[in-house]
Amino acid sequence: MAKVKRGKVVRYNKWGYIFLIPFIVVYLVFQLVPLFRTFYYSLFENYRSGLTQIGPNFVGLGNFVKLFSNADIWIYTKNTLIMWILGFVPQIIVSLLLGAWFSDPSLRLKGQRFFKTVIYLPNLIMASAFAMLFFTLFSDGGPINEIMMQLGWISEPYKFMSNVWSTRGLVALMNFLMWFGNTTILLMAGMMGIDTSLFEAAEVDGATSTQVFFKITLPLLRPILIYVMITSLIGGLQMFDVPQILTNGSGDPMRSTMTLIMYLNKHLFSKNYGMGGALSVVLFIITGLLSLVVFKFSNKKD
Amino acid sequence: MLSVETNETKKGMGIHARRALAYIVLVFMSFLCLFWFYILFVNATRSNGELTRGFTPIPSHYLLENWKGVMAGTQPVVRGMFNSLFVALCSAALCTYFSTMTAYAIHVYDFKIKKFMFTFIMAVMTIPTQVTALGFLQLVSDMKLEDNFIPLIVPAIAAPVTFFYMKQYMESALPLSLVEAARIDGSGEFRTFNTIVLPLMKPAIAVQAIFTFVSSWNNYFTPALILHNDKMKTLPILIAQLRSADFLKFDMGQVYVTIAFSIFPVIVVYLILSKFIVQGVAMGSVKG
Repeated sequence: MAKVKRGKVVRYNKWGYIFLIPFIVVYLVFQLVPLFRTFYYSLFENYRSGLTQIGPNFVGLGNFVKLFSNADIWIYTKNTLIMWILGFVPQIIVSLLLGAWFSDPSLRLKGQRFFKTVIYLPNLIMASAFAMLFFTLFSDGGPINEIMMQLGWISEPYKFMSNVWSTRGLVALMNFLMWFGNTTILLMAGMMGIDTSLFEAAEVDGATSTQVFFKITLPLLRPILIYVMITSLIGGLQMFDVPQILTNGSGDPMRSTMTLIMYLNKHLFSKNYGMGGALSVVLFIITGLLSLVVFKFSNKKD
Repeated sequence: MLSVETNETKKGMGIHARRALAYIVLVFMSFLCLFWFYILFVNATRSNGELTRGFTPIPSHYLLENWKGVMAGTQPVVRGMFNSLFVALCSAALCTYFSTMTAYAIHVYDFKIKKFMFTFIMAVMTIPTQVTALGFLQLVSDMKLEDNFIPLIVPAIAAPVTFFYMKQYMESALPLSLVEAARIDGSGEFRTFNTIVLPLMKPAIAVQAIFTFVSSWNNYFTPALILHNDKMKTLPILIAQLRSADFLKFDMGQVYVTIAFSIFPVIVVYLILSKFIVQGVAMGSVKG
């Protein structure tokens, strides 16, 4: 009897492997092999100079030395981080506020579903179309300039796309708009998970809502906040569509909005596979380290 | 009695002020989210001449004419929409079906590499597609799959994030006893999956189908590297072309209609399904 049962279990469990086959095969072919191939390419000098193909010649870590000795990567890393921070700081502040308000039962906010629907909306908009829209709206003769002139705020068009900080600001604004709704919902879910007896106890002790927020909500929310921050940073490092379309791939003015992935995209288009590979490996390592932090914190939570 | 009353009024004042502040901020943020799309809508209905004369917040009546202009123009916008639609629908279908299958394999069966596979999928979850793009492009050109939708659709089968969501949902929605019962009734494993498990997973599948559809619909990086033929291009690539073309040559009404055409379908679908989407985001986050 026991034997039969055992045989049956084994027979069923082989289906575990069968059901995994599609995932494993597709992952191997389309993700893992390309990943190793990218690593492999990073070790070769391999690019086009005019019409002549240079390489592939094995250069070891030469591409990495070249990548880091050039100022470009540092400039683009700085740009990416600046635009991420400009978008992330207001995002986390607004999301914390809205999350606290949405999850506070004593406020009894009406129309919550409407507001949640609206603030999440920009997240689903095609980033390239959104950037194109901002480009037309904020162009020198565009509606925003017209509105500001009609209101008498300015006397002549402000050139948003020719100024370093206004261009970076626009990229950050778009990132902020696209992601604060998502973050609000994540933080709200976290706040709903906090034991309500803590709030009740604080109320009995006469704590104000500001005190409750800083002394109870915020410390208990720390794991989720770190999760949100690191995943946002990982997403920020992948910033591409918005600045690419907004500046037509140039990263203008004066390469101040050129991000790391735009740099990678340039290498891929010009078929500079050695440098493209090295840059990919660097991005892979940074993302991996950041993911480890997330992993550690989400494990701690359980 | 008296003390209770004063206490309540004191608290009530605070709450009124806080509620008012909350509404003001919420209305402002909603305005900030919708404003751009309102201008887009208004400007899509105005003629090029009207647009050059300055901005008004009142829609005009040139929407149809602008649309006809776009249709007669050089940008294959409708073709692009069908391409985008095809790629996004196929990706969503494959992604949800096979992610559910992968989750099912890990959730229901007990086998040697189960733990390893789960850890592996979790570990690769955050690898961005961009860092493997170089090798991916080489693979695509080796397989002669440039200007083909296959490299945009088939990889959706292996989606770690969707897998994780399905696994989480299965833990709460799929009791193992149900699978056992199906076995006793003589149902094969594959049939059990298709006829019993999939219907049970419908809510999760719906949420993930929407997210996969939208991210595929919006995807620009990979398609731009793979699709070069005008007939195969998806909407984001056409938008990028619109941006890189000489701007002054264009009829601005048509530019707005083209942008509106790639944004508004998603907004309409979203408004219909918003309840599931917002819930879905919160659901995925609880344990994420």
